[in-house]
Formats: sequence, structure tokens, C-alpha cells
Amino acid sequence: MTDILDTVPDLAPTPSQTVGPFFGYALPYAEGPEVVPGWHPDAITVRGRVLDGAGAPVPDALVEIWQADADGRVPSGVGGLRRAPHDFSGFGRCATDPAGQYWFRTVKPGASGPDAPHIAVLVFARGLLKPVRTRLYFPQDAGAHEADPLLSAVPAERRPTLVAEAVAEAVSEAGGTRTYRFDIHLQGERETVFLGI
Amino acid sequence: MTHPPYLYPGYRSTVLRAPARELVMPKLGPDSIELASPVFGHQELGRLDDDLTAQHSGEPLGERIIVTGRLLDASGRPVRGALVEVWQANAAGRYAHLGDRHPAPLDPNFTGAGRCLTDDEGRYRFVTIKPGAYPWRNHPNAWRPAHIHFSVFGTAFAQRLITQMYFPGDPLFAYDPIMQSISEQKDRDRLVSRLDMDTTTPEWALGYQWDIVLGDTPMEA
Repeated sequence: MTDILDTVPDLAPTPSQTVGPFFGYALPYAEGPEVVPGWHPDAITVRGRVLDGAGAPVPDALVEIWQADADGRVPSGVGGLRRAPHDFSGFGRCATDPAGQYWFRTVKPGASGPDAPHIAVLVFARGLLKPVRTRLYFPQDAGAHEADPLLSAVPAERRPTLVAEAVAEAVSEAGGTRTYRFDIHLQGERETVFLGI
Repeated sequence: MTHPPYLYPGYRSTVLRAPARELVMPKLGPDSIELASPVFGHQELGRLDDDLTAQHSGEPLGERIIVTGRLLDASGRPVRGALVEVWQANAAGRYAHLGDRHPAPLDPNFTGAGRCLTDDEGRYRFVTIKPGAYPWRNHPNAWRPAHIHFSVFGTAFAQRLITQMYFPGDPLFAYDPIMQSISEQKDRDRLVSRLDMDTTTPEWALGYQWDIVLGDTPMEA
């Protein structure tokens, strides 16, 4: 007779494995870094580097972002890979270049619930057996950071690793494009705060 | 813990890339954005994206196989309409990637990248070629067992998973630090597909079954 337990499906999670070095011809796609079109009046640029414990650039990392729109709404429509031309997808994917750099064009997300405005960030890389997860917050929201459920759980001296730096106001005919810099240190003295979720 | 640790010195690249500090858990767990996932539609995929043997003018060399299985959440519910992406070496163990220096032939009829969306039962299905084993420079005489890379989205960004599927009975398992980074045999076994004669199409292709289970999202009801 078969024990009933034998028929219960085994639902332990499938273990993670590294993305490896050779994802570059498979995962990145043309509009991956463009969460909004370039002409979007509120477009911002987020750029930075992924660095290892020796401070060397990580040239084979894949950075993904996922965020609410400018009003704090969580996107729910299709379009993660092929955003409609006028649309906001909320999802971005960018492989790092040989200097370890990534970039995204998006909008600053609005606040939602008790959280200060932020972007969810995932990094996969050769040498990472599972991804690291973090959040990018914005420097102008310092007031909201005090009450943020994550930031308030992080020791004060490590909080700056989660806050992007405003670096430039590149003015074009269409207006200014605010740029934020967010370096991700996988290890070392300036190791970014990574989340256990 | 079924997942490997960040630091596993046998896999050399982890040494300078593994975070060393304790992970931080937000007081309220994952937030509203981490509990949602990007959504993908059929119009975003190409017609031949799930058949890696049909993406060029001729047929690739190697052993044609069907790889299929279900994407499930921690409660056993199928995850429907989820994006599954795969990539792999060709039958000779060479990736169509400029960085791959393994002196094995490229196959002009095989790129080795595919995508599909899971159906109403959470099922994905790819037609491809069985990938070859290949050497790497982690340690002297290092070889990776044959594998297919899988990238999947769940219903929450917190469930996002990238992993590798292996083939049953591969004698290279014991020598592979990437697979051995998972401490328990029963968890390593979760990455091994099984030959399935019901999936196998007579006179055409062997079939392999492999289910993927996504981790829990603590705040989910």
C-alpha cells in the first residue's frame, strides 16, 4: 500500500545556480535599459558600476530593475520585454559593459504605502550562485527615509549604500535629464546592503 | 536551505564576489513592488522562440530533445503566463558567445537561446539539442556537466530565479563545484531532469521532464 505522503508533491524550491559568463547573447534585449522612451518629459537616467571585493569592475553582471510608476502604481499590464512605444514598463534589464557599467532610463517612482520611493534592483553575475537583491532610494527624499521600513532597519553608517547620488543635470532642447549614480559593491568596505528576501 | 551559499571557494569566482555582510530583512518583508512581477505577453515573443532547432535555415547537429515541465509556486499552484528563458551550449559544448574560447566548433544552425510563456497548467516546452559538456578554467581539468540555463519569473519579483537544468546520470556531477555548491544531495537532485518516455516522440526526439518550484514570498497570503 502506498503511503499518502508519497503522493504529496515535493515543493522545496528549486535551487539557484549562477547565471554564468555566457548569458550575453540570450538575456539582454534591445530596449532592456529603456523603461520609458527617451522623449519622456520626466525621464531620469540611473547609471552605475558593479564592483567586486577588490574594487574591480564586474564586466559580466546582469542588472534588473522593477518599479512603480511616477504615481506609485505597480505596473500590471504586459510589456516587460516589448514596451508599447509610449508606455512605461516598470521593468528594465541591462548587462554590464567591460568597465562594469550599467544604465537605465526610467522615471522616478512615486511613493507607495509606508515606503519611500525606490526601485527594486537584482544583480546576477558569474561568481554569484544566487542573485543579490537591493533597493535604490533617491537623495531628495531624506525625510521619507527616516520612516522607511527597510532603511530604518539598516545601521546608519550603511544606509548611504542604498541611496543614489544626483550627479548631473544634462540640459538638452527638450529640457533637463536628471542623472543618478548608483554603484553596487558586491563585497568589501563599502559593500551594498543586500536584502534577505 | 536549498540554495547554495554566496561564498563557495571551490567555485573560485565567488571569492571576490560573494557578499560578506549579513543580509537585511525589511521590517515588513517584501514591499508591494517586490510582491508583484513584470508581466509578459505572447506578442512579445517570436514564433520560433521555443524551438531552438528551427531558428536557422538548416538543422543543428546533435541529439534533438524535448525539454518540458511545470512552473509551480511553493503551494504547488501552477504559475501561468510566466516568462521562461533558456540558453545553452551547442552539441559540441560551445556557446555562441564571443567570450567562449573553447576550441570546439560553432554550429551555424544553432544559437542556443529560447523563450516561452507557461500555459494554463504552468507548463513550458522547448525543442532543442542536447548540449555538450565543456571545459572551464576554475581549476585544472575542470569540466561542466551538460546543462541548460533557465531564467524564470514568478508572480512576485521576490521569486525571480535563474538556475541550471542537468541531465540524469551525468558522471561529471561529482567534479562540478557549481552543482556541488548546493550542500544536500536531495537538493542537487532538484536540478536534474528525468528521461520521460511519454514526452519522448517516437522516431523523432527524446523527452526530458523537469519541474521548477519557486520560493515562498513571506508576505503572500
